[in-house]
Amino acid sequence: MDHRPQAWGRPRDDVYGAYDASYLHSNTPKTATQSPVVTGTSVVGLKFADGVVIAADNLASYGSLARFTDVKRLRVFLDSSVVGFGGDVSDMQYLDRHLNELAIDEAYDHLTPDSSASKTASLNAANLYKYLQKLMYARRNDFDPLWNQILVAGLDGAQKPFLGSVDLRGTSFTSPSLATGYGAMLAQPIMRRVAATEEDAARLTREQAVDVVKECMKVLFYRDARSLDRYSIAVVTKDGIELKEDEQLEKQSWAFAERIRGYGTQTV
Amino acid sequence: MTSIGTGYDLANSIFSPDGRNFQVEYAVKAVENGGTSIGIRCKEGVVLAVEKVVASKLLKPGANKRIATVDRHIGVVYSGMVPDGRHFVDRARDEARSWRDTFKTPIPTADLASRMGGYMQAYTLYQSVRPFGITAIVGGFDSELEAPVDGEVGRGPSVGAGGKNPDKKHGGPFLYMIEPSGLYWGYYGAATGKGRQAAKAELEKLDLKGGADMSLLEAVKEAARIIHVAHDDSNDKEFELEMSWISGADGPTKGRHVEVPKEIREEAERLAKELLQDSSDEDNDKSSDKMEE
Repeated sequence: MDHRPQAWGRPRDDVYGAYDASYLHSNTPKTATQSPVVTGTSVVGLKFADGVVIAADNLASYGSLARFTDVKRLRVFLDSSVVGFGGDVSDMQYLDRHLNELAIDEAYDHLTPDSSASKTASLNAANLYKYLQKLMYARRNDFDPLWNQILVAGLDGAQKPFLGSVDLRGTSFTSPSLATGYGAMLAQPIMRRVAATEEDAARLTREQAVDVVKECMKVLFYRDARSLDRYSIAVVTKDGIELKEDEQLEKQSWAFAERIRGYGTQTV
Repeated sequence: MTSIGTGYDLANSIFSPDGRNFQVEYAVKAVENGGTSIGIRCKEGVVLAVEKVVASKLLKPGANKRIATVDRHIGVVYSGMVPDGRHFVDRARDEARSWRDTFKTPIPTADLASRMGGYMQAYTLYQSVRPFGITAIVGGFDSELEAPVDGEVGRGPSVGAGGKNPDKKHGGPFLYMIEPSGLYWGYYGAATGKGRQAAKAELEKLDLKGGADMSLLEAVKEAARIIHVAHDDSNDKEFELEMSWISGADGPTKGRHVEVPKEIREEAERLAKELLQDSSDEDNDKSSDKMEE
């Protein structure tokens, strides 16, 4: 008998042979996410005189399959900022939980959410943007990026409208109008027509900005095959956040499609 | 207390022959010297209040908060040794966070009270530790709404999750008090610290469990009044009143644990002082009547 305690209860080597531990050691290198799986498409954001509009559709695609059609890609942070996520949905969930934790930590120190003093002291959109940039860059340096491009909409420390973008490499920038994914190609030119500069954006009214963003969502639905006609739109101002999560694209006209040639099975 | 522990009070983990743990009883003494704290539960939510004795004029008024937020919907106030209370709060925050990590949902107040009760009880079992010198009051409002899972992205199946009873009411206000022994009960109104006797007497006069429930705003006023009543003017002169509240999603705090806004607190305190003034005037009248007789 084997008297060593670590041998007790194990199959005897002399009867069954030595334990084959080879499956515990893999020969392949450690890998991280190489490509996203379930993805969300564009997020568009536009600043106006006293706030920011941000929108994203409610679709999560599995490759080219429109897999989930009620996904909310705009997330509210601390009742003062909105974060819009494009890219991998599971990484978005991770980030959402992470930001939720962060928001609870903030509540420890600021027992009074309504006073103006604590509002300026707690994390605003500009702080959140910088935080996410550091987080994304740290993850890319670990060669394990969070596969998202993120728009942060809200107000900065001076209560001015703020809109910033962070991507999976930690690249970050701000602009009067921003869009991720296909939106960067299709929506940006439309938004730049009305808000090429900060000064232009500061002259926009809320209604104008919302109309332009809705127009962008429509164009994106026309031309982006991974998009949906149901979308979420949020307006962030000093007075708070107005978030609508189940909007339907209105006044669609597919007449332009008649003239498109060159895709799919066409006989002409 | 029976004079001294006759040797049975030198360590936790040793019972006296008549079945007492003297270390725990001494810890209760530490609580009885701390500033009064109370909690009131009403239908609309929970109010926590504490009499913060001003230890030095050099301390900034309104700084050094004694009521702590554990999770968005849970607050804690305690009487006794403040550093012990701080550690209690740290641990409660860890528990609330790990619950979220595991279950992707906020911790119910009852579960937090249970875990913290267990934690405090563990400090009555070993030679190497001493019990907590605090009695903590844990107040929370578990969401009565359909709680979304943390990080959830979709609505899920439109037919609704299985096994749900549409008539069942979920959530509501909860109030627990945890003692140094680890003992905890749920309360309608809880009081601990120096002025607990007077505060309990006042709490018992309120109709907290009856059908005619008081509003959250009334509860704030009562809390301010009770702290003032329980305050012992002769021994401690200065004190600050600190109050926090938690309502349901449709109430003033939208399900969050937050400090009672300054205006409401000051109004409640003004009323409390007025009432106190009136009653002491009456007392004076009575005693002067007696003199005349």
